[in-house]
Amino acid sequence: MPLFWKLLCGVWVAGVIVAAFLGVGPAVGFRAPEAARILFFHVPTAWLAVLGFVLSMLHGIHYLHRRQLEHDRCSAVAAELGFLFCLLATVTGAIFAHVQWGAAWNWDPRETSIVALLLIYGAYFALRSAIDDEERRAALSASYAILAVLPMLFLIFVLPRVVDSLHPSDTVQSGGMSPSYRLVFFAALFGFTLLFVWIYRLRVGVERLALRREG
Amino acid sequence: MLETDAGSGPAGVGEALPPVTLAVHDLAKRYGQRGIFRGVSFTLQPGQSLAITGRNGSGKSTLVRILCGLLRPSAGTVAYHLGERPATPRERRGLIGLVAPDLILYEELSALENLRFFARVRGLQRSAAALEALLAEVGLEGRGADLVGTFSSGMRQRLKYAYALLHRPPVLFLDEPTANLDEAGVAMARACIARQRATGILVIATNDHEELQFGDRILRLGG
Amino acid sequence: MTTKSCSSATASSGWVGEAGAVFWKDLRAELRSRYALNAMAIFAVTTLVVVSFSLGPQALPPPAVAALLWVVLFFAAIASLSRVFLREEEAHTAAALRLAAEPVHVYLGKLLFNLVLLLALDVLLVPLFLALMQARSGNLWLLALVLLLGSVGLAGATTIVAALIAKAAARGALFGGLAFPLLLPLLLAAVSGTRRALEGASCAAAGAELRLLVSFAVVMITASILLFEYVWSE
Repeated sequence: MPLFWKLLCGVWVAGVIVAAFLGVGPAVGFRAPEAARILFFHVPTAWLAVLGFVLSMLHGIHYLHRRQLEHDRCSAVAAELGFLFCLLATVTGAIFAHVQWGAAWNWDPRETSIVALLLIYGAYFALRSAIDDEERRAALSASYAILAVLPMLFLIFVLPRVVDSLHPSDTVQSGGMSPSYRLVFFAALFGFTLLFVWIYRLRVGVERLALRREG
Repeated sequence: MLETDAGSGPAGVGEALPPVTLAVHDLAKRYGQRGIFRGVSFTLQPGQSLAITGRNGSGKSTLVRILCGLLRPSAGTVAYHLGERPATPRERRGLIGLVAPDLILYEELSALENLRFFARVRGLQRSAAALEALLAEVGLEGRGADLVGTFSSGMRQRLKYAYALLHRPPVLFLDEPTANLDEAGVAMARACIARQRATGILVIATNDHEELQFGDRILRLGG
Repeated sequence: MTTKSCSSATASSGWVGEAGAVFWKDLRAELRSRYALNAMAIFAVTTLVVVSFSLGPQALPPPAVAALLWVVLFFAAIASLSRVFLREEEAHTAAALRLAAEPVHVYLGKLLFNLVLLLALDVLLVPLFLALMQARSGNLWLLALVLLLGSVGLAGATTIVAALIAKAAARGALFGGLAFPLLLPLLLAAVSGTRRALEGASCAAAGAELRLLVSFAVVMITASILLFEYVWSE
């Protein structure tokens, strides 16, 4: 990644962190207004977990079409990063749920989805480690990455209509946030996505070198 | 005996089948870092045959599996053409017959049930009499109702010939064609080989010097 | 995927017959060896006894009964439904089948086999389970509908996962691990639907659950049909 973007990423994320704690006041409407600042970090991590998941699936489709191992490695890297951010989202979510709703875990649809995501990633890595042949591993894990997206669609889009959710689904869209909150919130989304892209490109570069060395 | 099934014609892919060509270009296989073979190229047309030989571990069976489409090559292409156009995956299944040591039929089913099952999944109409005749052709007359699990290794090898010849394939692959066979079985295999050489494409993988002569060409792996 | 659609067009004459042949072959072999049936029966009976024994004589409320029922069904399915592909790999018969059969027909035949196995399990296990749990019968039609639709979805998702893990090491543990996250939406809807049935709700009241079960089964089976060729040809 060009130096400009690296510098931008560093300064931007630092700025977001400062702004999240000092730039905006306590959030009104929450049970613990000061603790609500965690949302600036919780929501981006959840978004990146999903991004990694979708990226992994897209590279999986690519692999099945082209049969180039590079796409398999990209798929695995995306899943690794997705798993990392998924863990972060689960932990930050549980902390805030404890403060806001009184219990760290309530099995509301979003919480179910994130657990499903964790399990899917876990199963994905277990599957990878259980297959020795490189090309077979690539094809089968790609198939699983594609297959696993479908239940997530149900969990994210269908289940909240069947079961009540604690999560506010449309606070962001309907403008329920104050302008300064919106600014920091979207800045955080952008900054963390930039960070994701940076790490992702580094890891893919490493995998490319490894592939080249193997022949 | 050979004529009993001839009336049903070449199976599954229609009556007027254009001549088949098997074209292999620059094939290579490796497992991880270890290369098995590379640079394998040849073209075969009906009436031509190829014998593959090489010491143990040189990749004879692997090459046969790749040619049948059971394994993906690390590099290179295997193409089946009907006349000028490439065969569809379904046509390709109808073109290929395989006898190999690692090819195993269902032990919980009888010999006839096995043949009936494979005929049905290939979309073929085969009467009980036709299947009995096929069993007789490979020297298993009267054993059709017995479970394959009770068969000796030689009988299993014979049944594999029946499986491979079920759809009268224009391309026949024989990996160690006479493994486990007695004298009569070897004669049956030789008759099958002679017939295939006359009408279709034959690929034999073997280390038996006598069997090598069945190939118009000989491909030596790992040498 | 284009190759498949054109090849299945030429095969349109007999896909039912060919998928049916795979189904009958599996059923015949299963009735002779009883690998899956035994695993399923032992598992179902054991869990049933364990659950019933550990609860003692107390009757549970419908939500708990519904949840327990699907836990038992899920694990009994995991114990037996992977056999359809494992058996082909372990007995090394997969190559012979791969050379002869259209991949989609193999999937459909195996799916049908697993579905029949699951429905047999439903018929045997559920009445026994409800009797042991001393559950009120509630709306039996709704219960049957939820079980049927749930079983279709369960079979649809587990069959493709069974094909996936057949070539991996440590398959037994993997099967449950891979299948469970895929089945989460199905299990949530099925448990909720079963609870409503036990409470005696009408079919209309469980409309959301039923719709979810139907769409889940359709989506998973369609995706499996599209993906199976890649999984099977590995």
